[in-house]
Amino acid sequence: MSGLRVLVGCKRVIDYAVKIRVKPDKTGVLTDGVKHSLNPFDEIAIEEAIRLKEKNIASEIIAVSCGPPQCQEVLRTAMAMGADKAIHVEVDPATYNGMQPMHVAKILAKIAQENKIDLVLVGKQAIDDDANQTGQYMASLLDWPQATCASKIEKTDGELKVVKEIDGGLETVRVKLPAVVSVDLRLNEPRYATLPNIMKAKKKPLEKKKPEDYGVDMKATHQVLSVEEPAVRQAGVKVETVEELVKKLKEQGLIPS
Amino acid sequence: MLSGVRPTLLRTVVILKRCNSTLVIAEHNNETLAPITLNTVRAATRLGGEVSCLVAGNQCAKVAEKVSKVSGVKKVLLAESPEFKGFLPEALTPAVFTVQKQFNYTHILAGATAFGKGLIPRLAAKLNVCPISEIIGIKDAETFVRTIYAGNAIQTLKSADAVKLITVRGTAFEAAAEGGNGEIVKVPVESISNTLAAFEGQELSKSDRPELTSAKIVISGGRGMKSGENFQLLYTLADKLGAAVGASRAAVDAGFVPNDLQVGQTGKIVAPDLYIAVGISGAIQHLAGMKDSKVIVAINKDPEAPIFQVADYGIVEDLFKAVPEMTALIEKK
Repeated sequence: MSGLRVLVGCKRVIDYAVKIRVKPDKTGVLTDGVKHSLNPFDEIAIEEAIRLKEKNIASEIIAVSCGPPQCQEVLRTAMAMGADKAIHVEVDPATYNGMQPMHVAKILAKIAQENKIDLVLVGKQAIDDDANQTGQYMASLLDWPQATCASKIEKTDGELKVVKEIDGGLETVRVKLPAVVSVDLRLNEPRYATLPNIMKAKKKPLEKKKPEDYGVDMKATHQVLSVEEPAVRQAGVKVETVEELVKKLKEQGLIPS
Repeated sequence: MLSGVRPTLLRTVVILKRCNSTLVIAEHNNETLAPITLNTVRAATRLGGEVSCLVAGNQCAKVAEKVSKVSGVKKVLLAESPEFKGFLPEALTPAVFTVQKQFNYTHILAGATAFGKGLIPRLAAKLNVCPISEIIGIKDAETFVRTIYAGNAIQTLKSADAVKLITVRGTAFEAAAEGGNGEIVKVPVESISNTLAAFEGQELSKSDRPELTSAKIVISGGRGMKSGENFQLLYTLADKLGAAVGASRAAVDAGFVPNDLQVGQTGKIVAPDLYIAVGISGAIQHLAGMKDSKVIVAINKDPEAPIFQVADYGIVEDLFKAVPEMTALIEKK
């Protein structure tokens, strides 16, 4: 049997370590000149795909990203890690501004069908919009099963056994292939791309597409009215002794006295 | 002391629209109702229309009975089928879809838990609408408030979708009280079958302590705890205070405690009356999960730790000295 064809969703987001700033006009967050990188959860998804290939379970890994031209940088990162090829779905800035997880899911679902994909790996959420929707949405469009927040993936005959992180602990499900799996932090530790691999990745094929190529209506249904700074907490006090701390907490009725 | 988004929430206006009707998808384990369902019902009542609740499971008549007594719930739809074992979204989505076709709700809500986050987007695709994740406020029936960028920005959005599919952050809405008298109606679900996915089992962390997301006091440990054994210090203190125990990502990654204790952007969001951060530096991702706590206490030996910037009370001290001392003081009364 030939190996699985794996599609991995890759979002370019503001780097996780950056302290973001809200635009003064409250229309969004400042992104110009701010360090961006591959969404950390998508890095884990790529790593898992590569590990499946190293175990001869996967045969080909296609990385896909939807957004402005700079998305090609994260696709090169994915290919430097080990993805075989990439598809960049270029979205013009105005459309990108209003792009919702629903739109990405629709594009990814079409790509999955066109490329005869067996397994889609996506991060459980993007750290910018914190939506946690795309994987589930596309699984539904394709009528494929979904396994969210995976912390372990095993392939059995025509199925995947996935351990999921849930609120009270862990849950194991079996999903038939083809399937969509969204990955959680604990699944693996992504590798660093080595310099030779970064050089090689420059030669790997990167196909350029448009949302129209997939017949997806990109009309925004959500209108962002404002983006604001959260309320700043009032500065607190430092106490000198544990006694003083306990006394203060008791006075406020926060702990039983 | 009240921080974050709460003041804005109190100001929000509920626009009453007669035509609104909301379906809340109850989360439960066939025995007990998950507390977040009560917060979700409260959010639903804010939308101004009639609130119904769907209880779907493999043996959940008892839970439906409980839900019918929740204040604000007019109707309980009971859907029982062996296919709902494990509450897999592959089986539940067609059930909710069927109900939606019959009753045409304007809003469908679930708690923003692993369950709700798994189900709502899958259902949204069937209805061709875009869901709204983890709302913290309701301005009107179309306008919702949520956080983005790990809680570092508050987004207000207006949805033009025909049906609003929403997950609700439990800590942002009070729990609905008892005192309802809803009518229980059975939903025919015999035709639903799921061959796509199967539930194998769960490994749930057992604890006598209160549940993390609804506890009044939370004590969390970070990398500074140094080992899993040392968490015993926090458990002892927690038991004295009736508190839940949480952890930072560093503590989970280091294997000190299981993943379901993680508080943060990608873990649980908590907003207790008192949050005690022990040996936690206070990375952006951790603050996302706890900065709406009413009072924050930080115990850390590094005076430069960012956690002190959000702490109401901070003490620069070795946790291995401070925590036992605190426990002793509380014991003593």
